[in-house]
Amino acid sequence: MEFFVQVFINGLSIGFLYAISALGFVMIFKSSSVLNFAHGELLAIGAFFFLVLSAWLKLPIVLCFLITLAGCFALGFIIERLFLRPLIGEALIEVIMLTVGLSAMFRGLMLLIFGGNLHNYPQFLPEALSISVGNIYVPSVYVSSFIIGLIFLGVFGFFFKYSSQGIYMRSVADHQPAALSLGVNVRRVFALSWAIAAVVCAMSGIVLGIINGINVHQLSAIGLKVFPGVILGGLDSIGGAIIGGIIIGLLETFTGGYLSTSLREVIPYIVLVFILMVKPYGLFGSVEIERV
Amino acid sequence: MRKLRFRPCGNFKERYEEELTIFETDFGRLWSWVGVVLLLGVVPFVSGPYMLYVLNNMAIYAIAAIGLNILIGFTGQISLGHGAFFGVGAYAAAILAIKAGFPFWASVLSAGVITAVVGMIFGIPSARLKHLYLAIATLAGQFIIEYVLVHWEKLTGGAEGLILPEPVLFGINVSGDRAFSWVAFTSFVVMCWMAKNLVRSRYGRAFIAIRDNDLAADGMGIPLFRYKLLSFAISSFYAGFAGGLWAFYTVSITPEPFTLFLSIEYIAMIIIGGLGSIAGSVFGAAFIVLLNEALSQATQYLMNVGAFAGIALTVAPLREFVFGLAIVLFLIFEPKGLAEVWRIVRSSFRLWPFAY
Repeated sequence: MEFFVQVFINGLSIGFLYAISALGFVMIFKSSSVLNFAHGELLAIGAFFFLVLSAWLKLPIVLCFLITLAGCFALGFIIERLFLRPLIGEALIEVIMLTVGLSAMFRGLMLLIFGGNLHNYPQFLPEALSISVGNIYVPSVYVSSFIIGLIFLGVFGFFFKYSSQGIYMRSVADHQPAALSLGVNVRRVFALSWAIAAVVCAMSGIVLGIINGINVHQLSAIGLKVFPGVILGGLDSIGGAIIGGIIIGLLETFTGGYLSTSLREVIPYIVLVFILMVKPYGLFGSVEIERV
Repeated sequence: MRKLRFRPCGNFKERYEEELTIFETDFGRLWSWVGVVLLLGVVPFVSGPYMLYVLNNMAIYAIAAIGLNILIGFTGQISLGHGAFFGVGAYAAAILAIKAGFPFWASVLSAGVITAVVGMIFGIPSARLKHLYLAIATLAGQFIIEYVLVHWEKLTGGAEGLILPEPVLFGINVSGDRAFSWVAFTSFVVMCWMAKNLVRSRYGRAFIAIRDNDLAADGMGIPLFRYKLLSFAISSFYAGFAGGLWAFYTVSITPEPFTLFLSIEYIAMIIIGGLGSIAGSVFGAAFIVLLNEALSQATQYLMNVGAFAGIALTVAPLREFVFGLAIVLFLIFEPKGLAEVWRIVRSSFRLWPFAY
C-alpha cells in the first residue's frame, strides 16, 4: 500500500510536470495551429538561460528568473518573426517540417555550447517545503514546482479571460477570419503567442531542471513526451493538456513500478497510438468537421 | 523507327499520354542512358575506395529517400518513422540471413516485404488521421520500433547487435566497396526507374490526388484508405530494401543508428531535394551524404588545428545543427528544393540567350 501511494504521488508530480510543459505547446497550437516539434528545445533553452545566469554569472535568483523570462519572451518573438512568418499560408506539412528543422538546429546548437552532460542549478529552495507523512516523502522540489505551476495556471487563466490581448488570442484561436475582419491584429497575436509560449516553456524548463538537473537530451525527450498528454487531452484544450499530462505521468510511474522499468519509456507512445485510433480528438478537443 | 527529338519546340501536347512521358525529348533519354552506363561501367573502376564508400551510401540513402518522398511528397502523408523502418529492413535482412540462412538477394527482398507489412501496420492510423495527428502517430511508431529493436534480445541481439554473413550474389562474393557498388548502383537505378514509372501510373496519380485534396479524391472514387495504406507499404518497402542493403554493406548492425534523428535526416533529404520529385530525392540524399562527410572531415581537420584542440568538438551536434539549419533555410528560401534549382539552371541553359 505504501509503495502504491509513493508511486501514485511520484506519478502525480511527474504528470504535473508534463502538464505544465504542455501549456506552451497548447498555446501555440491554439492560436496559430502550428504543431511545435521544437517544444523540448524551447524548454531546454529556458533552462540553460537560467543556468548561465544563476550558476555561471551568480546573479540573485529572483533577478535570474526575471531576466530569463524577458529573454525568452524576446526569443519567442524572434523565432516567430524569422522562421514562422515567412511560412504563413504555406501547406501544413511545410510548417511541421520547419519546426522539426528548428528543433534539430536548436538541439545541435545547445549541445555544441553546453555538451551532453548533466548540469545542476545551485541549491536555492528551502528544505522546509518538503512534506513527509509517515514513510512517504515528497521532496521540496516537487512541492515548489506544484506551487509554481499553480501560480502560472492562475496567471494565464486571468490573462486569457480578462486582458484585451488574451481576448484577442482567444478570438484568433476561435475563428481566424472572423477575428481578422473585426480588426484583430492576427500577426501580432501569432507573435505574442510564440513569445508567451517561450516564456511558459522557460518556466517549465527551469522547474524540470530543478528536479532532474538539466541535460539537453532529456529535455528534448520531454518535449516529445508532451504529445501523448496533449493528444489524450485534446490538442486545443488547456484543461485537457493538464489532465492528459497527469494521466500519462501516472501511467508511466505505474508501469515503471509494477511492470518493467524499460517499458516505462514507450508506454505513453503505445497508449498514444491507441488513443489516436479510437478517439483522435482526445477527451476535450474540438472535433474538426471538414466540408468540401 | 520514330524520328528522334532532341530539342523541345514549344508545348504541343495533343494527348494525355504525352503529358505522362518521362522524357520530353530524346535528349533526356540519351543522357540517362549515358548516366547509367557511366555509373555501372566507369565509376566503379576509376574511383578510390573512399569515393566508392560515399557513392554506395548515396545510392542506398537515395533508395530510402525515394520511398519517403512517395509517402510525403506524392501522397501527402507525413511520416516521422522512416528511420525506424530503415532499421526494420536492416534487422529483417540480418535475421533472415543469419537465422534462416536466406541467400543475400532473398533476404534483402524479403526485408523489403517485411518492412512493407510493418509500415502498413503503422499506416493504419492514417485511415482516420490527417497531417499533424498522423505525424504524431508515426512518431509513436518510431519510438515503439526503437524499443522493440533494443529489447527483443532473442531476435535482435539487443544493444550488441548482429553480424551479417558476406553477401554472395550468383556465386560471386560482393562484399567490399567495389564489388558492392554494382549491387548498390543497380538497385538504385532499378528502384529509381520503378518509382518514376509508379508516379505516372494510375496509382501514382491517385496518390497525387490524395495529396492535393483527399476529400475531392474520395469524391472522384479513389478508395482513400486502401491507397494510403498502399503508399505506406511502398514507402516502407523502399526503406526496408535500402535498410537490407545497408545492413549487408556495413556488416555489423546495432539499434543505435535507427533513431528519430535518422528519420529527421530523411526528411531533410527530401525537403532539400524537393518534395514530390524523384530526382529531388536523389539530389537530397547526395547532398546530405556529402554534407555528412564534409562535416566529419571538417571536424577532424579542426581537431588537429592547434586553436581548436582544447575544445572537444564532436560531429553529432554539429551535424544536427547544420541539418536543422539546412531544412529551415530551404523551407524559407527554396521550398521546392534542389530539384527546382536544377530545373531553373537547366531551363536557363536551354533558353539562353533569351530570358524566357
